[in-house]
Amino acid sequence: MSDRMLEEPWTLSPSVALRPEPFGALAYHFGNRKLTFLKRPELVEVVRLLEQHPRLSGALEAAGIPPDQHEAYAAALRALAETDMIRPRHQEAV
Amino acid sequence: MTIAPERPITPQARPAGGSLVEQFEFGLDAPICLTWELTYACNLECAHCLSSSGRRDPRELSTEQCKAVIDELQRMQIFYVNIGGGEPTIRPDFWELVEYAVDHQVGVKFSTNGFRITPERAEFLASTDYVDVQISLDGATAEVNDRVRGAGSYDTALKALANLRDAGFSDAKISVVCTRENIGQLDDFKAIADEYGATLRLTRLRPSGRGADVWDELHPTPAQQRELYDWLMAHGDNVLTGDSFFHLAAYGESLPGLNLCGAGRVVCLIDPVGDVYACPFAIHDQFLAGNLLGEGGFQEVWQSSDLFTELRSPQTGGACTKCQFFDACRGGCMAAKFFTGLPLDGPDPECVQGYGETALAGDRLVPPASKDHSRSQASRNAPVLLNLGATRRRPVSACNEDPLAGGDLS
Repeated sequence: MSDRMLEEPWTLSPSVALRPEPFGALAYHFGNRKLTFLKRPELVEVVRLLEQHPRLSGALEAAGIPPDQHEAYAAALRALAETDMIRPRHQEAV
Repeated sequence: MTIAPERPITPQARPAGGSLVEQFEFGLDAPICLTWELTYACNLECAHCLSSSGRRDPRELSTEQCKAVIDELQRMQIFYVNIGGGEPTIRPDFWELVEYAVDHQVGVKFSTNGFRITPERAEFLASTDYVDVQISLDGATAEVNDRVRGAGSYDTALKALANLRDAGFSDAKISVVCTRENIGQLDDFKAIADEYGATLRLTRLRPSGRGADVWDELHPTPAQQRELYDWLMAHGDNVLTGDSFFHLAAYGESLPGLNLCGAGRVVCLIDPVGDVYACPFAIHDQFLAGNLLGEGGFQEVWQSSDLFTELRSPQTGGACTKCQFFDACRGGCMAAKFFTGLPLDGPDPECVQGYGETALAGDRLVPPASKDHSRSQASRNAPVLLNLGATRRRPVSACNEDPLAGGDLS
């Protein structure tokens, strides 16, 4: 069964800044002050592309992630969602 | 000049992938966390002060220079700084600089002995989002605390904590340097933290600054190190350590944190005159990478200085790499070795496998202090230990700046 998250619209949280690093990026959340390391440049690219795609799977495709890795990326992104580094896009509506 | 432990002759290339620790050994484009001592002036004269503070340095960065530093930190996306001193709140522009930093996306945690945390300041602090406060307390009782921090300093710290709590400031930090005299009080410290709605932060006593003079007397015994490790394992998630005790990882299970010497790789120190050192515990010429008033600013010192370049590679030689626990403790703390006169590629002086004690018993030459802003004469409230210290290295400088110059004590 495929991960439902792949069909949903996601975005980088507005309070998060990404700092490029040689191995990927450092993500800092100004609201909850959490610091997270994105250990792969591909993951950084996916996170940056999230808001341009109606579905997470679209962002993964655009970043060139092979389909057989989509589930693994969904799991990594779910971990980022736990600390509000990324969030479902409907939450940003005011 | 080579100060770092043995490194590969041809610099190794950064590995692709791998663990974060492996990546961090090769350094980052900007520090994760940066300590900025704003002033060497202090109203106290703690016996173990790691920056040998007391007197203001006349070359201290001006308000405008400090703001330019903050602008650069923002450009480099350094998201927060730990501000300390000396006692940073002594600077008349302290609150102005804190506000300037948070307005420029640089969050602030500042360390203070609490003497300026009045009810009014506590109200202001409770109203801001990006300012965190850390109160220093080195004994859970006045007797233990005041012996190293000076008469009255316990009451001052608790008053500050009460003011913060009463103003609705949540989650202040209580910062404790673990010593032979307070390891038995860990549960009492936790109770104080709980009483004030604060979080406990325990750090390691380093033989840095004036700490070198009292380290023999104050550093925890081997049995106390074990007691501390067990206590941290039991309370790990609710107690902060600033990654301070990674040398204890050689007991077996690692404590939470990076378990890596981050000096010049992921952390560094900016001192009050703009000198950049490899870490907060290494204020010594040997660990001075440069000054941020130079043309390339802080960024050039961080990214290109010879010292930091040298520190950014894995250690390959030395006695420790042959130890089965090397992967756990990575040889321990560079500053602790340096200031006790031990070789940097050998064991930490507090190596839990006992190699440190053997090394300390051998031939070694403790390096003389190269920076000292201690007062030339101890004050009335000076800690007992300072008055007893037979080995005190008094500053030779004739500089007699009042440590409270420009400050308002009322």
